[in-house]
Amino acid sequence: MNRIAFSELEGRTVGYYVLLGCFVLLALVSVASAWTIEQQGHWITGMNNQTPWGLPHIFSVFFILSGAGAFVVAAMHSVFCRPLYRPVARLSGLLALALLVSGIAVLLLDLGRPERVTIAMTTFNFTSALSTNVFRYTAFMIAVGFYLWTTMEPRLDRYSRPLGIAAFLLGVLLATGIGAELGFLVARKAYDSAIMPPMFVAMSMAFGLACFILVLVAVFGATGRDLGGDLLPRLGRVLGLLVAAVLYFVVVKHVTGLYAAERRGVETFLLRDGGAVTSIFWIGQILLGGLVPLGLVFHPSWGRTRRGITAAAALVVVGAFAQLYVIIIGGQSYPLVLFPGMEVESSFFDGVIHSYRPTLVEAGLSIGAPGLAGILVLVGIRLLKFLPDRLPPAAAEEGPAPGA
Amino acid sequence: MTADGKGGTMEGTDTRRRRFLGAGLAAGGIALAPGVLLYVFGDDAAAREAGEPASASVRWGLLIDVNKCGIDCDICVTACVEEHGLEGRGRPATDPQWIRVVRVRDPRTGRRRSLPMLCQHCAYPPCVDVCPTGASFRRADGIVLVDRHLCIGCRYCMMACPYKARSFVHEEVENQKPYAPRGRGTVEACTLCVHRVDVGRVPACVEACAERGAGAMLFGDLKDGTSEIAKRVAAFPTTRVRDDLGLDTGVYYIGV
Amino acid sequence: MPPFGTFFAIFVLVLAGGLLSPAPGRAAGGVPLPAIATGNGEDCVEDPQVMRRWHMELLRHQRDETVRRGIRTKKYSLKECIACHAVKDAGGVPVTADDPRHFCRACHDYAAVRIDCFDCHASRPPDQKAKAPTAAVRAEAERR
Repeated sequence: MNRIAFSELEGRTVGYYVLLGCFVLLALVSVASAWTIEQQGHWITGMNNQTPWGLPHIFSVFFILSGAGAFVVAAMHSVFCRPLYRPVARLSGLLALALLVSGIAVLLLDLGRPERVTIAMTTFNFTSALSTNVFRYTAFMIAVGFYLWTTMEPRLDRYSRPLGIAAFLLGVLLATGIGAELGFLVARKAYDSAIMPPMFVAMSMAFGLACFILVLVAVFGATGRDLGGDLLPRLGRVLGLLVAAVLYFVVVKHVTGLYAAERRGVETFLLRDGGAVTSIFWIGQILLGGLVPLGLVFHPSWGRTRRGITAAAALVVVGAFAQLYVIIIGGQSYPLVLFPGMEVESSFFDGVIHSYRPTLVEAGLSIGAPGLAGILVLVGIRLLKFLPDRLPPAAAEEGPAPGA
Repeated sequence: MTADGKGGTMEGTDTRRRRFLGAGLAAGGIALAPGVLLYVFGDDAAAREAGEPASASVRWGLLIDVNKCGIDCDICVTACVEEHGLEGRGRPATDPQWIRVVRVRDPRTGRRRSLPMLCQHCAYPPCVDVCPTGASFRRADGIVLVDRHLCIGCRYCMMACPYKARSFVHEEVENQKPYAPRGRGTVEACTLCVHRVDVGRVPACVEACAERGAGAMLFGDLKDGTSEIAKRVAAFPTTRVRDDLGLDTGVYYIGV
Repeated sequence: MPPFGTFFAIFVLVLAGGLLSPAPGRAAGGVPLPAIATGNGEDCVEDPQVMRRWHMELLRHQRDETVRRGIRTKKYSLKECIACHAVKDAGGVPVTADDPRHFCRACHDYAAVRIDCFDCHASRPPDQKAKAPTAAVRAEAERR
């Protein structure tokens, strides 16, 4: 087996510092926004009593899910024994940690009383998916941390497979927990469903892999590393499979919803009558986030080019935000049904579609997630040996080719 | 057995009747004593001693006769606002509402109803299930509350409540009532006027409806068979909102 | 060999500096001690020394008893503390926690320990209002 050499990024270029500075700026904007919201109160955001969760939660869920799912590349090496992915397994672990931590950070900054996060970390309610998520986050981060250590320390190499399996399973569990957070809610007709956890597992891997492809292409391109060979097309096809899985779950969820008379109201709202939500669903989530990337990665020629695969990954990220918008905002926009079949109205917005308009300050808060993730990745690849010097030649692949 | 067929001893007195009378008095005494004791000491026991904890032998509930609610009446709402200092800032999307009037119209018949909607104080509250810190909790006597000392303001309970009962405090609060502490960054909902209930009074909305409105609201102990509310819930057909969710709510409606 | 002599000398100097520095409030240039207003009534529910050390623990225990179990004893109740320790301004109106003369603020500002109790709790006693006749209203409500 070819020995792959890993090294830290030299990182003394102007480009590196400028990029790092940009991410630091985003993080500072986020902290300033969080401070403003804490001082003045949440009324300055677009979140209110009708839509208590908004843009920060969309970003937070995206980053947490992507964090759990970005580990899939390392899993393909350590769990599914595909040596093709060995050179990039470490970067996958780093990205998983960076994305997860960034998502949690934005979630905590949006709390009504963020200074009480210590209470959230010490007082638990085991019937609450949000509470038990704290354990899932911690377990995943510890497993990935130890996994990375075993990949970097040759004497511990024999533990990297068990730890990789553990981390992968914990990532699946984490995504399940996020899906359960919404799937357990009986109150809202858009959520109360057992399909949410498995759908979120598929989403986490698709979004995480899309983020990984974008980071891989960016880092290799910026450092002059060659990304030729089979790695990128293979990653592209795996992305296609995951996107197809997500589409499958989405179709099943909505068709089942349309079938049940009690859910037809919310489904027709999301799929036809929702205005912005409907457009975002069809154009953002299904078309740009699903069908176009599928077409790109499975195309005989575009699916083998760096541009095609990168475009597909970028579109999957766009589609991911669209999907989370439809789930989180769309699910809250449809009013709670207290008296089925009746028309209701009140001073508390019963019976009307709730509109949500994010303000600048909550956009500022949300932008801290990519900011922090960028800082963590850039600092990580400079401090430790995450990047392979070069990818091995294509002949180094030992296992049988995966399907597609 | 003696020759004359009567029991007891031949010599001396016939103790059968004495024993019978004694047993009868004892049985009667045992039967009457609890009633006598209740009469002397018992009450509907609405006011607890200050040092007594809330007890699970009590379940506070409301019965709302929607037939009596005036179409444009909102006395319960104004009473609640006044009691707890909930005056809004003119921002209806973020102002709190602990109780609200919901106007219902049947599109098939045109029949209109107006009814108060508030926290239903469920026996299996979804808000309690999802609260990450346990700030949302159900007291032993059935009142569902938010312990604002633990609330981190994540608003998950607001996502979980099927009745949209919870409000988030979106801005600084000043001049709080001493018996109703509330502040920015926490979630709140109807407390069933727990500060009144604990000293034997009724919730502000019920009191106002009785004094100034149609008397549509009744408060009491659902577990006490002698209470007015328990008797009426047993006697009249009542409904609970979204009863299909199986939450066993504490607010009953007549005429919805 | 590590320079134990040097470490020892530094240690003695630091210790001496700490011991010899002026106690707060006693020397010129120290932060003045807080002016703690005496409360109304005879004594506090506990000794001042006990209260200084334990008042937060007492309040925290009481709040759990009150909020979660509905026990409303008065001894450690925050409302009773505020009623007794209310500081009045020139017009005889109790000051709120925004005012540095507030009883809790006086000490907590000095100790630089931020409290957030009054984000939610009223920081001054309520105005005295006539209470509604409870039994009559309750009977009326039950009757209907």
